[in-house]
Amino acid sequence: MNVLRAAWGIVTGHMVTLKYLFKRKSTIDYPRVPYPHPERFRGVHELRKYDDGLERCIGCELCAVACPANAITVIGAENDPAAPTSPGQRYGYRYEIDMLRCIFCGWCEEACPTDAIVLTPKFDIADYTRERLVYGKDRLVVTDPFKQHLANTESAAQTEPGVI
Amino acid sequence: MNHLLADPWLRFILVVAIKSGVLIFIVITSFAYLMLFERKILAWFQLRLGPIWCGPWGLLQPAADAVKLVLKEDLTPRDADPLIYRFAPAIAVLTSVLAYAAIPFGTFPDGSPVAIANLNVGILYILAAGSLGVYGIALGGWSSQSKWPLLGAIRSTAQMISYELAMGLSIIGVLLLAGTTNLSGITAAQSAHHVWYILPQFVGFLIYFITATAETNRAPFDLPEAETELVAGFHTEYSSLRFGTFFVAEYINMITVSCVATLLFLGGGDGPFLATLPLLSVAWFVLKVMVFLFVLIWMRATLPRLRYDRLMAFGWKVLLPVAVLNLLVTAAIVALVKA
Repeated sequence: MNVLRAAWGIVTGHMVTLKYLFKRKSTIDYPRVPYPHPERFRGVHELRKYDDGLERCIGCELCAVACPANAITVIGAENDPAAPTSPGQRYGYRYEIDMLRCIFCGWCEEACPTDAIVLTPKFDIADYTRERLVYGKDRLVVTDPFKQHLANTESAAQTEPGVI
Repeated sequence: MNHLLADPWLRFILVVAIKSGVLIFIVITSFAYLMLFERKILAWFQLRLGPIWCGPWGLLQPAADAVKLVLKEDLTPRDADPLIYRFAPAIAVLTSVLAYAAIPFGTFPDGSPVAIANLNVGILYILAAGSLGVYGIALGGWSSQSKWPLLGAIRSTAQMISYELAMGLSIIGVLLLAGTTNLSGITAAQSAHHVWYILPQFVGFLIYFITATAETNRAPFDLPEAETELVAGFHTEYSSLRFGTFFVAEYINMITVSCVATLLFLGGGDGPFLATLPLLSVAWFVLKVMVFLFVLIWMRATLPRLRYDRLMAFGWKVLLPVAVLNLLVTAAIVALVKA
């Protein structure tokens, strides 16, 4: 009797594994299929623009002051009145984030008075040299203001009307 | 050239050499894809995708593996016996390929078997070649001069010797029913009796399949290479192509026992539509072998490894008596029917 029960156990065990053969696989084919992240995942930064194409950054250096890892370097400059880079008086002339120092805490986001800098869900930034991991304005500023990520204050305003 | 072909002996040798070359090529290729098949199926059982990057669906993975293995450094331990250490993988793969000389993969339209040699003691020849395979493992483990390979080799030797007894006895039942030890004769007998021997010899089939799994050192009987206890068992010290050679031997043995199981219990190349297209028998044969290979992988994905003393107890105290009983009952029934 025990023998039969044990044999039956082996058969049912095989049925369990056979069921798993046809189940949906949990592996994500990662580089070919993007890994889904929560909307507010803190990844690589992005310098946003206004809808008219002017940069939001005013070169105030509050993000650099707030940064606990000293990863941000900002050098501001006066706008050219004929062709302004940002709507105010000053703009971020140089803006560099050392991705090797950054701890992705999001304090720069909190500090920014114009919601210029946001953290995006992009996270795969591996590279071969340290120099290439210091991101300048060429890689931080968004090209299309209509495809940029929302700032935290904006998403908060959308989810909780009346509270800013 | 024509002068050479006129000599019947030379022609015979040439034909056999060409047949063997083609067969070895096929066997090595099927080994490579069996490994991919196993990795893929095993991954699916574990909700993974398996190899997907080399070629479409990972189909070029075996080529990548082969190149990688060839490029690795070939290490010989300082204390190892250099001659035997280097020779052991060759013994393993040679004996595993030997069996294919006698396996009929189907029948030609004129009724002759698709095989290199139509031996009248085919099944004995295959069993003998299979038993020789233990030398590769035992010598490889012994000459490595390391404790884990030695333990693996001892386990493997003990396991293969004890399970071979039950295997031989389980096959005798089929031989009694068929009345021949010729492999194509056995399949022909199954077609003539209109029944595959898996039905009248179900107990024998179970014993054969269990012992065959143990013979090829497959899970749940993969004691000789139990990772958790013995690192990698008898091939722990091997690297590069010699390690790969042991792998080739193991997988070719898997195909061999599946072929034998198909021939003895599933009617070989027997199947529908053979009257119109006799060479379809090769396709039926390959299909049945693949079913057995799938079951071997399925078992690996399901069953945990046995403890060593229980493995020996199971072989000697369960399989052997049941095989003897099966043989006695079969012999009695065959004698009664004949009388």
